[in-house]
Amino acid sequence: MLPPAPALDAITTTGGFLLVLSIVVPVAGVLLGFVLGDRYVRLVACAIIPLGLAIAVAILVVLPGSKGPIVYLLGTWPPPLGVALRADGLSAVMIAVTAVVICAVTAFAAADFSPSATETRAPFAFWILLLAIWGALNTIFLGGDLFTLYVALELLTFAAVPLVSLEGRAETLQAALRYLLFALLGSVLYLLGTALLYGRYGTLDIVLLSRRIGTEPTVFVAAALMTTGLLAKTALFPLHLWLPPAHAGAPAAASAILSGLVVKGSFFIIVRLWFNVMPGLPGFAATQLLAALGGAAIVFGSVVALRQERLKLLIAYSTLAQIGYLFLMFPLAFGASGRLESGGALAGGLLQAVSHATAKAAMFMAAGSIYARLGQDRIMALGGVGRILPISVLAFALSGLALMGLPPGGAYLAKELLLQAAAEKGQWWWAVVLQAGGIFTGAYVVLVLAHALAPANEPTTPDSAAPRIQELAALALALCSLLLGLVPWEAYLSIPHGVASDKFGLGALSKTLLPILGGAVVAILLGRWEHPPGRLSRWKALMVVVGPVRRAGLALSAIVEGCDNVLRQWPTACISLLTLAALFGASMLLSF
Amino acid sequence: MSGVTVFGVCAAVAVGLGLYGLITNPQPLRKIIAFNLLGSGVFLLFGVVGRRGAAAGVGNDPVPQALVITGVVVAFSATALAIALLLRLFQKAGSTTLSNGAPPSAGSDPPGG
Repeated sequence: MLPPAPALDAITTTGGFLLVLSIVVPVAGVLLGFVLGDRYVRLVACAIIPLGLAIAVAILVVLPGSKGPIVYLLGTWPPPLGVALRADGLSAVMIAVTAVVICAVTAFAAADFSPSATETRAPFAFWILLLAIWGALNTIFLGGDLFTLYVALELLTFAAVPLVSLEGRAETLQAALRYLLFALLGSVLYLLGTALLYGRYGTLDIVLLSRRIGTEPTVFVAAALMTTGLLAKTALFPLHLWLPPAHAGAPAAASAILSGLVVKGSFFIIVRLWFNVMPGLPGFAATQLLAALGGAAIVFGSVVALRQERLKLLIAYSTLAQIGYLFLMFPLAFGASGRLESGGALAGGLLQAVSHATAKAAMFMAAGSIYARLGQDRIMALGGVGRILPISVLAFALSGLALMGLPPGGAYLAKELLLQAAAEKGQWWWAVVLQAGGIFTGAYVVLVLAHALAPANEPTTPDSAAPRIQELAALALALCSLLLGLVPWEAYLSIPHGVASDKFGLGALSKTLLPILGGAVVAILLGRWEHPPGRLSRWKALMVVVGPVRRAGLALSAIVEGCDNVLRQWPTACISLLTLAALFGASMLLSF
Repeated sequence: MSGVTVFGVCAAVAVGLGLYGLITNPQPLRKIIAFNLLGSGVFLLFGVVGRRGAAAGVGNDPVPQALVITGVVVAFSATALAIALLLRLFQKAGSTTLSNGAPPSAGSDPPGG
């Protein structure tokens, strides 16, 4: 019997070795760090990181020249017998962003986690885990079969969980344990789905599977289980019980990695699953359900963020809202053919992930500088910090503007792409959610900035020991996020021609004003204020109108916070998980 | 009832019991054990899948076996990490509750599980 002729994407292409290098180099760094011990581990990390950045750039350079994705077959065995690594535009972009964020975090953390510190365990663990997360993320972005993705996902979790409890306090250990147990539940569901798919089709390779997959009950069950498991790891509402304590309790550099990069790993696998493995399967109802969860995440995350007393918790809840934003692309990518199309909506969703990764990492680093300088991060007590740490507050403001979707940020381009897709598909309700998301983001950014720029309550002594490089790293990353819209993405993502070409004109200005002004209004209505605006005599007349509305708004947001507390209980979250799995299965089944 | 069906049903039962334990048991150690039960159910399912491949005339399909071995290693490391965290939490706080709200305070809960 003759072996079947290899398909076009089943041969190693030129530049394929780059894919192996991008995984091997961080892993080699981990091993080298273990061998050389805690005196040299920071040196190893600082040597590995430019190398990794160079590999990411090389992949970006090689990809447009090769027709289709870059492929590397491990041991030259073609799938289904062997395992392939593939890099398409999405992978290349995500690898590059990961490298950039890790570089900035390294610059930020070099001072905090130096080996000369009195405590050597935490710095050692931090650098090892940082490199391990990088290797795991690159494997997720390149993995060409579902089981490789499972292993990479677990590696990512095992590297991320100890980062949460790096400080070793009881609350952070508890947060880490909750995160680990919930993530394990998610990954077991994913593995169960993988077993069902293998049992039915005899392969887990993404390309082969996408050719063989059909509409059968087994596949619906597998798809529902895998999607829900991944949602639990991504912390999409209502499966977010682990996220706020884990992201708020970790050290600033670790929070930046966890919030910016780690949640994108499982999100990326969902994108692979829905767009590459089974674009024809989910159907209209399932995409609407996924985006509805995203919309609920935006409302819950933003409203609860506005009620937080601590800055880091506010940013953690803002991450929850922004994760919801990522899932709005699914119904907008659902084409008339009944399949998910890799068009402008997918590009928009991925750009949203990219700009959130950079902006949120910058925001956490800025908050970390503020925390280190003030010794606490209560939002009410931020007065005067704008004078002490102007660069950090500027970095916070810029990353906030980038998150709101101001031109020429990456989020602006993403929003334009998604709004255009919404207009084309006639799904106006998602356009409303997109605009509301921008306004809510504006609200908590305005709230924090209003407190940070207020005059100090008590005079503070200037401290010369504040490491300037930390503030500059945050600022550079925030600027990077704000300039992402100027990058020529067309080589990597399918962006329709002429979208958002007007980045500095009057039209762009009016789009800028909506989230800022709307955000200010929402912040006044729902935010926490030590001195409500009504105390000022000038505003008395206005307060007659605003007062009752604000009281009603606060009552509503208290109800939302209560719901959030209930949803973050372990049994409730697990039951929501199983309910969601059933709903996804049912909605896919009903589409056929 | 063929052997494959029996094992399939066993796998389903193990998954169900594991899920039930993971949701209802408040103690982390029992949650970890329930996770292992759940994992065993999934691995058994992989075994069933390999056996069904054998029915198609391929001998016993080796790929699911390789997947199970990897899965077992992953589950083992997960358990080790979870137990290490749990021990550390108990040393620090004197209790191992996972409930929301107040951080664990010494002696508020029976140890271990």
